[in-house]
Amino acid sequence: MDGSVILLIIMLLSFLVFAVPRPFKYYFLLISLTGGIILTSLWSIAAFSSGGATAEINIPVAFIPTLVIDRISAFFIIVVNITVFVGFLYARGYLKPYYGTRNALRFSIHYFSYLWLWLSMILVVMIRDGMAFLIAWELMALSSFMLVIFDAEDRITMKTGISYLIQMHAGMFFILVSFLVVEKETGQMSFDALKTYFSSHSNLPLFLLFFIGFGIKAGFVPLHTWLPQAHPAAPSHVSGVMSGVMIKMGIYGIIRVLMSVQSGILGIGIIMLAVSIVSGLYGVMMAIMQHDLKRLLAYHSIENIGIIGIGIGLGMIGSASGNTTLSLLGFSGGMLHVLNHSLFKSLLFFNAGSVYQSAHTRNIEELGGLMKRMPYTAGLFLLGSLAICGLPPFNGFISEYLIYIGMFKSLPSAGLNQSIILLLSITGMVLIGGLAVFCFTKVFGIAFLGEPRSEKASHASEAARSMIMPQLISAAFILLIGLASFLVIKPLFKTVSEAFIIPYTEIVSSPSVSSLSQISILGGIFVILTAVILLYRYYHLRSRTVSAGPTWGCGYTAGNYRQQYTSTSYSYNYNHLAKPLLQTKKIMEDIGEDEIFPAGRTFEQHSDDAFKKILIDKPVDWFSSLLKNIAVMQTGEIRHYILYAFIFMLLILLLTLFKVI
Amino acid sequence: MAGLILIIIAALFFPGIILRTKSIASGRKGPGIFQPVKDIRVLVRKGSVFSNTAGIVFRIAPAVTLSSIVCASLVLPFANQEALISFDGDFIFFAYLLALGKFFSIIGALDTGSSFEGMGANREAFFSMLIEPAFFILMATFAMFTGYTSFSDIFRHFFLTGNDYVLIYSIIGCYLLIQIAMIENSRVPVDDPKTHLELTMIHEVMILDNSGFDKALIHIGSYLKFAIYGSLVFNALVPSGWSVWLHAALFILVQALFAVIIGLLESFRARNKMNKNPKFILTISAIAMIAFVVILILTSKLT
Repeated sequence: MDGSVILLIIMLLSFLVFAVPRPFKYYFLLISLTGGIILTSLWSIAAFSSGGATAEINIPVAFIPTLVIDRISAFFIIVVNITVFVGFLYARGYLKPYYGTRNALRFSIHYFSYLWLWLSMILVVMIRDGMAFLIAWELMALSSFMLVIFDAEDRITMKTGISYLIQMHAGMFFILVSFLVVEKETGQMSFDALKTYFSSHSNLPLFLLFFIGFGIKAGFVPLHTWLPQAHPAAPSHVSGVMSGVMIKMGIYGIIRVLMSVQSGILGIGIIMLAVSIVSGLYGVMMAIMQHDLKRLLAYHSIENIGIIGIGIGLGMIGSASGNTTLSLLGFSGGMLHVLNHSLFKSLLFFNAGSVYQSAHTRNIEELGGLMKRMPYTAGLFLLGSLAICGLPPFNGFISEYLIYIGMFKSLPSAGLNQSIILLLSITGMVLIGGLAVFCFTKVFGIAFLGEPRSEKASHASEAARSMIMPQLISAAFILLIGLASFLVIKPLFKTVSEAFIIPYTEIVSSPSVSSLSQISILGGIFVILTAVILLYRYYHLRSRTVSAGPTWGCGYTAGNYRQQYTSTSYSYNYNHLAKPLLQTKKIMEDIGEDEIFPAGRTFEQHSDDAFKKILIDKPVDWFSSLLKNIAVMQTGEIRHYILYAFIFMLLILLLTLFKVI
Repeated sequence: MAGLILIIIAALFFPGIILRTKSIASGRKGPGIFQPVKDIRVLVRKGSVFSNTAGIVFRIAPAVTLSSIVCASLVLPFANQEALISFDGDFIFFAYLLALGKFFSIIGALDTGSSFEGMGANREAFFSMLIEPAFFILMATFAMFTGYTSFSDIFRHFFLTGNDYVLIYSIIGCYLLIQIAMIENSRVPVDDPKTHLELTMIHEVMILDNSGFDKALIHIGSYLKFAIYGSLVFNALVPSGWSVWLHAALFILVQALFAVIIGLLESFRARNKMNKNPKFILTISAIAMIAFVVILILTSKLT
């Protein structure tokens, strides 16, 4: 049987989930999903091993266009498949507490949407036809919307969901317009027609249109406003998938467009780079101020999209200036970070979900001491944190290293402008890395270490095994890429050089390949050395007296959990430095002069997202106040409405009389 | 290999020389040059006390930190000898591996649930975040100056570029490296290891609860870190291409000088106010930035 038929069968079978008896719904969907994942993974492996040829898949139904898989599609299929699969395995444990409170239909819709989210993402990366692409894109927005509003009883969740839907459609609008422009000029509405368009028209305007459209999905600043809202509202397996892979569809779209760009490459690269550096810095700077674990992770997604964009932007700059080293390493670093981020970000979101389920709060200030209560979750969270900070020997380091080394290698031969661009990017990347370390030491230290900061946290217990086991898959990939990066680098280089037509020579790539194997060796030495020291420590301490006592309190012996450093105090000095950028607001009442015995007071501190305020809140407020003023006309008295109708008719009459309309 | 052995030897003497310098400068008799090493011996022989709050992170953190420092030293070259492991961009690995060690020492401190240690952890994270750009900009400058991107290649070709202004680079490089070393090792003017109030400490307050073997590991790590930065200073200061023995002698001399400088600085300089530190640290990045602009002029990219 042809593979495409199986995909079609999965599509049709998914509707059956509504009919399957409740206990089997999950397994029914798991089987469909696994089937689809195996099928598409085989397609992409075939595309990798076919030596660069694109595979075409025709589905024998008239309205479904031909699916085309080249290496870029294949790469994204793999990224999607890993996280979606792990996410669904995790979902079983995560959704268990909801079994009692939600009816079967709700679960059917949820599972159904999950499958269609996967399906739409797979279709997005394989469809070249513009109209069909937009339909798949829309399916992706709708299915993820359905997934986000799983908790629809909660008004905030519903509101967030609607806001998410609107912002997704704003993005969709830009993509639609871009495709229409292409169609008007070339008569064809597809990605393949882009090349024709770009070769005869100015490149920058259309690129910017596409960039805004795809950038909203990806979450580039200032188009990121939906991210920090939607991720906390969604169930954790959904946030993991959305943050891990769905936002990468925006990156995919941008890469597709960039592959066709013909001229003005330098300008495009610089714009891309500038937006990305700002995204990276802004994302992590906002993240530090967050107390909601999932919102914090959402801001880190913006940061990582920034890092991916830095790689891609540098790649474009390299292409423009004929610097093959920079373009190969930049693009490869960006692409590898797509995969890496999908692994560690979904892992972190799953862990955040386990924490939420067990402690019933996502507020870092109320957590603490979870390392002892949920050791496996905490351990996996630590792994994810180290990886997301780009620390060796984990996978985040490899992709950041590729971007760094591309920049450093290009420095000696760079001209003045390029040197300055490179130096700024290096500084940006370093600051992003440093701030990420600052942020994740805070999250891990406050949420998982020390004593529990609330009653809720002290009653937390380890997540179910069904939630931990799937995460081990992500963890294994993180370690694999971190410690054996030389395995993944060659296919990656080939993909990139094929997609962006970079002459792929051994001279350009072999130093990086050998460097990566050296990094693997050093990583191995590090792991072994640490193990040896720990083992020695273990045996050494066995022959010494080891005793326990309270934490040193500077002589003060009545210390309790409330004296621990909090998330707010941890970010205090940083907040002090970054105040002009963050717009931190304090709400408090000063103590009056005549107030000899001050009464109880409250203190609040918020840091608002400045971009959200300017781009979303202010226009919406302005518009709704305008509408409120117009609502004066809405008196509810029938004679007024008759008057309006009369005025309207009169107006029409007069206008026709004077031939205005 | 020779470099690694020399770093270990230097690490043995380094803290002792600082101590001796300080005691001589303040007119005290002071402890002997091997006192820090003896302290470690005492610590290793002792048992340990662990806080009831602290968990596994607190117990593994010192080992991970030490191991990261040792591994970072593997990429350091010694004069004209290549490092044990050398590859393009090994300084990125070096910086990030040290950051990994720092990550663990920070969360290790937070694991005790003490407000003091939280304070120290926070400051350590904050200040080392601020100093990172200086190191990378300096390395970018070196890469631009020599045209190479690994420690071994950069330092081997440092004095062979034929550029007349190499001495400027050598001096700026040393200055920045010494400043970075002071901040990374939490010394005056950013932090004072001999301060006696928990509220004003950075590094010392992080390790208040560590005892015995773990504390010994932490001390060894910080001694090694000094020697590592000293070795970077040596490489930026001494041309390669002389005989190994001369290099070894010069290496020890440079390290000793470095230690004496730190000792003197700590004797005659007051510590910054805590809230002045960010400004001080950012100034170092700014100086590195200036060095970069100068290199643009020297390589006639900026005319």
